[in-house]
Amino acid sequence: MAAILAGLLYASAAVFVAGLAWRIRQYATTPAPLKIPTTPAPTTRGGVAVRLAREVVLFESLFKASLWTWLFGWTFHAGLALVLARHLRYFTDPVWDWVAFVQPFGVYAGFAMAAGLAGLWARRFLVDRIRYISTPSDHLMLALLLAIAASGLAMKYVAHTDIVAVKSFIRGLFVLQVREIPADPLLAVHLALVCALMLVFPFSKLLHAPGLFFSPGRNQVDDPRERRHLAEWAARLETK
Amino acid sequence: MAEITAPALREFPVAPAVSPDAMAASKPYVATDKMQEALGFPGALPEDWHDRAIAKLGEMVGKYRGLRVYLDACVHCGACTDKCHYFLGTGDPKNMPVARQELLRGVYRRHYTLPGKLFPKLVGARELTKDMLDDWYKYYHQCSECRRCSVFCPYGIDTAEVTMAAREILDSVGYGQKYSNEIIGKVHRIGNNLGLPGPALEDTLLGLEEDVKEDTGADVKFPLDQKGAEVLLITPSADFFAEPHVDSLIGYAKVFHAAGISWTLSSKASEAANFGLFIGNYDQMRAIALRIREQALELGVKRIVVGECGHAWRVAYSFWNTLAGIGSGGEDPFARQLQSQLDHRYRQPTHICELTWDLVQKGALVLDKEANDHRVVTFHDSCNVARASRMGDEPGGQFEIPRALIRAVANRYVEMRPGTTHEATFCCGGGGGLLTDEILDLRVKGALPRMESLREVADRHGVNFMATICAICKAQFTKVLPYYGFNRSMVGGVHQLVSTAIRLGAKQ
Ligand code: SF4
Ligand code: SF4
Repeated sequence: MAAILAGLLYASAAVFVAGLAWRIRQYATTPAPLKIPTTPAPTTRGGVAVRLAREVVLFESLFKASLWTWLFGWTFHAGLALVLARHLRYFTDPVWDWVAFVQPFGVYAGFAMAAGLAGLWARRFLVDRIRYISTPSDHLMLALLLAIAASGLAMKYVAHTDIVAVKSFIRGLFVLQVREIPADPLLAVHLALVCALMLVFPFSKLLHAPGLFFSPGRNQVDDPRERRHLAEWAARLETK
Repeated sequence: MAEITAPALREFPVAPAVSPDAMAASKPYVATDKMQEALGFPGALPEDWHDRAIAKLGEMVGKYRGLRVYLDACVHCGACTDKCHYFLGTGDPKNMPVARQELLRGVYRRHYTLPGKLFPKLVGARELTKDMLDDWYKYYHQCSECRRCSVFCPYGIDTAEVTMAAREILDSVGYGQKYSNEIIGKVHRIGNNLGLPGPALEDTLLGLEEDVKEDTGADVKFPLDQKGAEVLLITPSADFFAEPHVDSLIGYAKVFHAAGISWTLSSKASEAANFGLFIGNYDQMRAIALRIREQALELGVKRIVVGECGHAWRVAYSFWNTLAGIGSGGEDPFARQLQSQLDHRYRQPTHICELTWDLVQKGALVLDKEANDHRVVTFHDSCNVARASRMGDEPGGQFEIPRALIRAVANRYVEMRPGTTHEATFCCGGGGGLLTDEILDLRVKGALPRMESLREVADRHGVNFMATICAICKAQFTKVLPYYGFNRSMVGGVHQLVSTAIRLGAKQ
């Protein structure tokens, strides 16, 4: 059991890191030959950083677009961020101060995350436009995330797991040791689902996370009159 | 042609119910083999069109980062679904921006992503069948490349970029659109979209000089091909004779006259429009822009000014420096050749509204606002100006400068409903290469959101003039306003208002 889970975790983490690095490299090396920021756009690099930060932290464009989607989407992502922060205590010894500090919030965040996901999922059934564009994988992705959240919450509130043992198992993985893991089906399910998530990440719409930073509509500086912007393949046309 | 119907105007616009295939019959004429071949595209669908199209798609995602990111990043959140005027006006779900992208994305997934190769059904991957290719042709010609959807997408996914890529692929397999490709051919052969040859242009300009002389008594000139002029004016060819466009051209001429700026038009570059943008073809866009560079060099001008045209301003502002070295800051020999000739105390290129507004601020013009008192004016932001360019030094100058100019020449000005102006402005319904009559039904329906907000200010505030700075907006509104019960002459240019207010000869 421990060996299977360990193998799965190693493999999926490797796919996750390598796959994501490959995609980011691909984005970084594909040229953007034309200046196409959606204007009004910042006229400086600093301004662009602020624009991106507002998108990442506040989901500003989504807020302007649809309040419901924003509410559910933001709640889910904010919840997820806190929950991930909370999970750092299984990785660090001694636990970092700020990780200890967010522990109590992380618990509520788990519920917020699940509620946001439920709201997002409901929209896929209730709004005819969104029903039209939803694919089976959209539903599966939500199911996967919700199942991860539910199994995690269940371990906290329904059938407590021996988290000291869990932590020792995980820290063992860092030093290439497969230690004992509690024989808890909820825990096995939770970890297996997280592996599935890491496996699909570099090949799915989850690429929206790195994608935002490479979106020319959002990351370009509005200065085409002041600076000549020329991609390599476009510059070659001039020497012909 | 299908029956042309305008949807009813509603007081509280909401997204329509999804009505599949409502616009499946809307399709512009296909380019003839001659038009295609003149641009270096195949004349008709070749045997191996499927493989060629897939290969072209692969080439495009390798050349355009935007396209690659946009095809990967969409989460189907639906935020854009109710933002497109063509969806709002037709209810056809394939006119929801995300569904429009999905036509291309499905094929991209099938051929260029792992899950799409392994589990096509699961992730919505699609084969490129002939039916799918026809859907591309239809629905990528129901997008005016207005970018309204990109404002609201959490990742800035710009459907206009996807549409341009799809049209480029269609062209590359011999399935181009007649309207755009025929016009691009004319620009190369004759110098402008309307196919107006040099001598005819000269006649038209002389006629205008006489008209203005009769009206104002002033000797306002409309110079053509004048070497050594300070300003080269590049303006849409519709300005030379179409109504109401020509009134703005008269306005620019009066401004140059009153400010004592020497200027010229060029018979070889008598067109600001650049339809290379609409078909997403870098080479065409570049070739069209290079005409202007060559003329600027030949005439030896110090400044390049662009007239009232939305997409032309986008190309001029955002792309000219890249495509043809028209701008500032270039360090390579190609760019320096032109840029060392230009006067960089001025913005290069300059929008005519920037130029006039600068003069107004300096007090260089005598303006009689009362002359416009018979008008209650509102301003329609044109998409390409609003969401793909700038004026002045501050972000948002593209909204403030035309408005400031209108307020300087007219007393009665009213804004349309928030959410339908500035960066959230609605397209006129005829942009992006769709200004052709066989798809008039689509154009009328796509104008619905703009017509609703215009109706509101017309009823509440008596608005009787909608000013705009785009040749396509002017032509489109002139055509569709009557379908909504408006007078077609209520649309006009900002410089038409300037022309009415400006007093010549009073201050010299
Ligand atoms: S770019 Fe404009 S016309 Fe095209 S899908 Fe987006 S909103 Fe619609
Ligand atoms: S708003 Fe952006 S991410 Fe959401 S469905 Fe539309 S294109 Fe996709």
